[in-house]
Amino acid sequence: MAKSKPVVNDQLSYKKPSFWQLLVQNKTLILMCTPAIIFFFVFSYMPMPGAYIAFTNFQYNKGIFNSPFIGLQNFKFLFMSGQLTLLLKNTVLYNIAFILIGNLLQLMFAILLNEVASKWFKKTTQSMMFLPYFISDVLVSLLVYNLLNYDYGFISNLVRNMGSEMAKVYQMPNAWPIIIVLVNLWKGTGYGTVVYFAAITGMDTSMMEAAQIDGANGFQRIRYITLPTLKPTVVILFLFAVGGILKGNFGLFYNLVGNNSMLFKTTDIIETYVYRSMMNSFNFAQSSAVGLFQSVVGFFIVIGANAFAKKLDPDYALF
Amino acid sequence: MSNTNNQAPVILNQPKKIKLDMSDRIIRGFTYVLVTLFSIACIIPFWMVIASSFSSEEAIRRTGFTLWPSDFSLFSYELLFRSPDQMIGAYVVTIGLAVVGTLIGLFVISMTGYALQRKDFPFRNHIMFYIYFTSLFSAGLVPFYLLIKQTLNLADTYWAILLPLLMSPWLIVLMKNFVKAIPHEITESGKIDGAGDFRIFWNLILPSMKPALATIGLFLALAYWNEWYYSSLFLSSKVPYRPLQYHLYNVINKVASLKNSIAGSKVVVEDLPGETLKMATATIATGPIILLYPFVQKYFVAGLTVGSVKG
Repeated sequence: MAKSKPVVNDQLSYKKPSFWQLLVQNKTLILMCTPAIIFFFVFSYMPMPGAYIAFTNFQYNKGIFNSPFIGLQNFKFLFMSGQLTLLLKNTVLYNIAFILIGNLLQLMFAILLNEVASKWFKKTTQSMMFLPYFISDVLVSLLVYNLLNYDYGFISNLVRNMGSEMAKVYQMPNAWPIIIVLVNLWKGTGYGTVVYFAAITGMDTSMMEAAQIDGANGFQRIRYITLPTLKPTVVILFLFAVGGILKGNFGLFYNLVGNNSMLFKTTDIIETYVYRSMMNSFNFAQSSAVGLFQSVVGFFIVIGANAFAKKLDPDYALF
Repeated sequence: MSNTNNQAPVILNQPKKIKLDMSDRIIRGFTYVLVTLFSIACIIPFWMVIASSFSSEEAIRRTGFTLWPSDFSLFSYELLFRSPDQMIGAYVVTIGLAVVGTLIGLFVISMTGYALQRKDFPFRNHIMFYIYFTSLFSAGLVPFYLLIKQTLNLADTYWAILLPLLMSPWLIVLMKNFVKAIPHEITESGKIDGAGDFRIFWNLILPSMKPALATIGLFLALAYWNEWYYSSLFLSSKVPYRPLQYHLYNVINKVASLKNSIAGSKVVVEDLPGETLKMATATIATGPIILLYPFVQKYFVAGLTVGSVKG
């Protein structure tokens, strides 16, 4: 390093500092990033070679790299048995429902709240709607149980008091898509509303005032001012969500459904399958095959969504 | 309402008064009803848990869960406090993890976030990409599980919970966005005074970013408080005390653990107030969040406003 020093001082033959010089110059900043670099190396990059397990007939005592290599057989089995198709279908359909209905509700609440004058009302209702976001999925499952449990559930009792027979919800696979979507809306609407509401309050109020003076009514203001200002936020959040369309909310599904195999047909998503086949049936290889499939396909979906966003408007791109 | 367009000059005389026409009234009426109903729906389930935890088991068997404690009883709490070491242990573990994890996480995240937003740091984009890439692609659960269990040998230790939750790409991006708002002149002035980069960060930047620290610290603390996932993966029954939410998970899902938690309290298992005991455990495990929520909520809102939309 000492050898390269004179070059820097020589103004005529000024050269860009070499890599090593940059390292030395920025050593403190690099050191400041080092804990995070180590963290992501250990917990995110070190497991990556382990994805090889998806191509093996894994035996726990032999470890990943000494287990026999069997090529694509794990994937083949998952495809042929129809398991992977079912998981993909469930995961994607749930996400579509979450994204569409969720965003619609969040937008609606944010826009409506903006039309209300009372600060107190806005603050209080926002706080109330935001509360479910803070609660662990374990508690959420208990809340649902409180409502739907056949013997003691609140809704079960209401139905009975009205003279009808209550269905055994925990044995009805077809009821769960509706229940899970509702629970997800209950948990996430407040969060999304706060995000959209922040975007609305951040917008230029002079336009709104001008429109009011010009006599625009409530519907017109929403249609021509609020919605267009929200468009970038909506597009970005939407693309974010589409990028994650293969990712499921493990905590929510696993706590609501658990190991109740009667409901798997309509409720099993990639994450719950991966978890169960690893923790309950110790099928590490197949479990990781599903996980790897999700990671790879998901990666290309994110890249695709980002490229699409860039094409729409460079400002929309996530990275 | 009678001020229509042909009387425009009149409006000029009273510029402060905003007209409320029919559509405004419809929207407002609709909003009040809809938002109020939804907000109540967001609160009621919590109320129901608390109410049923104060009911007697018999009343719940008779009438189911209700909105008001039927046949008020403290029996489930009495049972919990008769052999409280499971609950106290869970509290101690959870608070310990949350405090230590939040402090370490905050320190590392803010340090990294500061370095990565420095425009004169030539490696900032490389490091940011290195971090961000982990949110785009991962090896999946199984290799991660084997890493913790076989390679690092952390199963059945609290490290397996403390470490993975320390930071995330999203929190680092969020922090970076917060720090960006601090004028670069502060860094410059520090440099002129001859301070090193770490000293600038520690003495000049950190004190001026208390809102950011509050927001991200709360995100971290909440993640530790609600943690049950890594516990379910890595803590076997060998570990005497589990984090609160995982303890709750076990109480809900396993009658066995329920029996254990009140073993020695001389209650016949058949008489166990299973339902109310679940509710009481849930109330105690979630109580602190509900109590603190009104005070900390605004920091979360601030965080969402700054960072959730774009990295």
